[in-house]
Amino acid sequence: MSETKEIIISSDKIHTDQYLVNMGPQHPSTHGVLRLLVRLEGEIVHHIQPHVGYIHSGIEKMCESLSYPQVIHLTDRMDYLSAHMNNEAVCLCVENALQVEVPDRVKYIRTIMDELTRLASHQLWWCVMGMDLGALTTFFYGLRDREHILDIFEETCGARMTLNYSVPGGVMFDIHANFQKRVKAFITEFRKKLPEYDQLLTGNVIFQERTNDIGYLSLEDAIAWGVTGPSGRGSGFSCDVRKHNPYSAYPLVQFEEKLDTRGDSFARYRLRIEEMYESLHIIEQLIDNIPEGDYAVKMKGVVKLPEGEFYQRVESARGEFGVYIVSDGKKNPYRVKFRSPGFSNLFALNKMAAGHKIADLVAIMSTLDLVIPDIDR
Amino acid sequence: MNALFKYISTVFKGVGTLLTGMKITGKYVFTPWNNVTQQYPENRDTLKMFDRFRGEVIMPHSENNEHLCTGCGICELNCPNGSIEIISKMELTEEGKKKRAIDQHIYHLGMCTFCNLCIKACPTGAIVMGQNFEHAVWDRSKLTKVLNQPGSKIAQGVKE
Amino acid sequence: MGFNIYDFSGMTHNMHLWFMERMSPTATTIVEWTVIGVSYMLFVALFGLFLVYAERKVCAAFQQRLGPMRVGFWGVLQTIADFIKLLMKELIMPKSADKFLYNLAPFIVMIATFLAMAVLPFAKGLQTLDFDIGIFYVTAVSSVGVIGILLAGWSSNNKYSLIGAMRSGAQILSYELSVSLSLVTIIILAGSMQLSVIVESQRDSWFLFKGHIPSLIAFVIFLIAGTAETNRGPFDLAEAESELTAGFHTEYSGIKFAFFFLAEYINMFIVAAMATTVFLGGWMPLHFGSIESFNHVMDFIPPLVWFFMKVCGVIFLIMWFKWTFPRLRVDQILTLEWKYLLPINLVNILLMCLVVLTKFHL
Repeated sequence: MSETKEIIISSDKIHTDQYLVNMGPQHPSTHGVLRLLVRLEGEIVHHIQPHVGYIHSGIEKMCESLSYPQVIHLTDRMDYLSAHMNNEAVCLCVENALQVEVPDRVKYIRTIMDELTRLASHQLWWCVMGMDLGALTTFFYGLRDREHILDIFEETCGARMTLNYSVPGGVMFDIHANFQKRVKAFITEFRKKLPEYDQLLTGNVIFQERTNDIGYLSLEDAIAWGVTGPSGRGSGFSCDVRKHNPYSAYPLVQFEEKLDTRGDSFARYRLRIEEMYESLHIIEQLIDNIPEGDYAVKMKGVVKLPEGEFYQRVESARGEFGVYIVSDGKKNPYRVKFRSPGFSNLFALNKMAAGHKIADLVAIMSTLDLVIPDIDR
Repeated sequence: MNALFKYISTVFKGVGTLLTGMKITGKYVFTPWNNVTQQYPENRDTLKMFDRFRGEVIMPHSENNEHLCTGCGICELNCPNGSIEIISKMELTEEGKKKRAIDQHIYHLGMCTFCNLCIKACPTGAIVMGQNFEHAVWDRSKLTKVLNQPGSKIAQGVKE
Repeated sequence: MGFNIYDFSGMTHNMHLWFMERMSPTATTIVEWTVIGVSYMLFVALFGLFLVYAERKVCAAFQQRLGPMRVGFWGVLQTIADFIKLLMKELIMPKSADKFLYNLAPFIVMIATFLAMAVLPFAKGLQTLDFDIGIFYVTAVSSVGVIGILLAGWSSNNKYSLIGAMRSGAQILSYELSVSLSLVTIIILAGSMQLSVIVESQRDSWFLFKGHIPSLIAFVIFLIAGTAETNRGPFDLAEAESELTAGFHTEYSGIKFAFFFLAEYINMFIVAAMATTVFLGGWMPLHFGSIESFNHVMDFIPPLVWFFMKVCGVIFLIMWFKWTFPRLRVDQILTLEWKYLLPINLVNILLMCLVVLTKFHL
């Protein structure tokens, strides 16, 4: 409790009407163990101070004693909803450092798995958003549709969420024989279900009242705080890594980077729904044209990176995810640093939520799509 | 007057969106036979997991109680958190030479992260991923398993 | 005993005579009060049980899943198991809570519920109290429940409970206005506040059809205001789990929590019963004017069954609201009431007056 005393003593502008409330580490809608110290006056929020670190696992430190394929399996557990994008980031970093060129088949498979992961993550985000706002049925509709994607993952990779599918040089197994059939069936079915999401939540007058003009983040603030991903694009910040620094098979597909200048919660919400449509479009372009070839390049038994610093960024479902590896030539990295999108997005919360009510705070946090293990690593 | 029309149209539009939402949930509540729940313990007979599902690491044995593990220890080196411990012994072959063989292949199921790196690394294909996922036990010592069955030996012709 | 399923007045009269023969008039009154009290408590307990189970099953049907399936056949014993669990819980009272008010609050809520249930006409001859100001009495007595909620929030000595109770108090007080005004619309159509007279005058057709547009608007407003009164559905910010853990009943456990929980479901029943009585004809069967065969078939179903069918239909509608819509914020709830429902209500009353005066109703 010493931190709260500091706040009271150091800020002599505090009014006696204001009180501090702990949206504590255990709270149904902070999406994980996040502690928010909220200074309230009646119902209006004046200041928010997030306290992170409740689920800090020391992943970056652990990586210093692991080899590169072992590092990849840890990245699954950071932002567990974009597990494959995290895997791919480390693989690309290692492959670029070793100047290894992967076959086209690998690029296509990785991009399709990326987009499926993005869809699964956005589905979970949508269902939790509805639940936070009180529409409890949306939780089950989103999860029901997500099960199809998880079945696809389970058949090809063996695991539903912590995939560990990409390895340096390629992917762990070739895609299963049923993969293309399942993905095509899923796309057809999901295209029918996605308009239902709009009818149930997006157009609803109650939902619009709860998210229009709530949590405004200007373009300058988004750039200054480093808010990337759909949260940043909702304020007009063009930051899609797939467009600016394309990797894998992204140069080969046509898709749009949607931007919205309104900057409020509804803009961020709307953008994620449109990203789901774009992901479906990308998968449709790739799924029929997977080239034949190897599913992995033969790498040495022990992967050793040359001395130096290497950085790779990918577009995860939350924003720009970066991997920074400092290597001293040995088989373990000297230092691995992950740039997590959630960390930057979270700390812009104060700017967005000050002046709104408690209920709005919950709505704004939902639109930011935070995954706390991603922030704490 | 304009304000009045706007007021009335807001009311009607609002009610319209609410009714659209109710139509979607109504569609599902009036067709309860379409539910997606699987009644788990009762459907064990028909439940089949996918081939590649990572349930646990197992060492398949043939009918003659033979396996393919040479005790090389590559899986132990590749495991990120030490879930595998290889205890090997020296055996005499028919020619009288000393050869390494597996004594105990200890697998800590409680620590395994199911990352599949050991399976990929095994040079002989001795270990594979099984599909059993029901690992809950009352006694923690049951989570430490010895994968090679007692009295088993390596199959003929397995190269190192 | 004269048990006629279509008309209970014969049976109740016979029972009264039976008691009078054996006891003095005061003893008879006391025994009759006991019988009525016990039967109400049994009804509340059983119907509450049924409602909780139905809510879970209906909620599951909305969400494409099965609901309770294991305890008893298809989960019918689930609620009983839940209540036994609640009874066995330790009653934890916060140390600095106001003892008297903390213990009093659940009872006030229950008392308000029982008082309101006393005037509901379940079937012909099965109505405990028949005031000539029946509707007025119901609205007056359901306001007593607010006191219980405010006491619960205040006496818990907890910031979250206080916020929840204040929100809830403001909400209930505002929506009482809408409830009363929509009932006034029907009083104008019926010409009386007495519930049995209102039900009788719907013999040829229900008020929902008789007063067409004004009574349809009044019905919709009554449903909305009724769900807001009971802290249910899109208006449940007082107990919004995702924001304030549990609102005004955070600090209650065990049987006291069971009281709040049960009172909420029985309040929902009362709102549905009032809607049924006033708009949907109470225990009257559905008659289509002059189609004699249809009317005869409808008459065959006992009035008690009609009443419960209609009540269950309205309860299903209320549940449909809850499981579809997101929650409203507190200022949006108050805006809805004062800027939308109230003016529409007042205009609707004028409309209904016009309709009655010009005899433009069916």
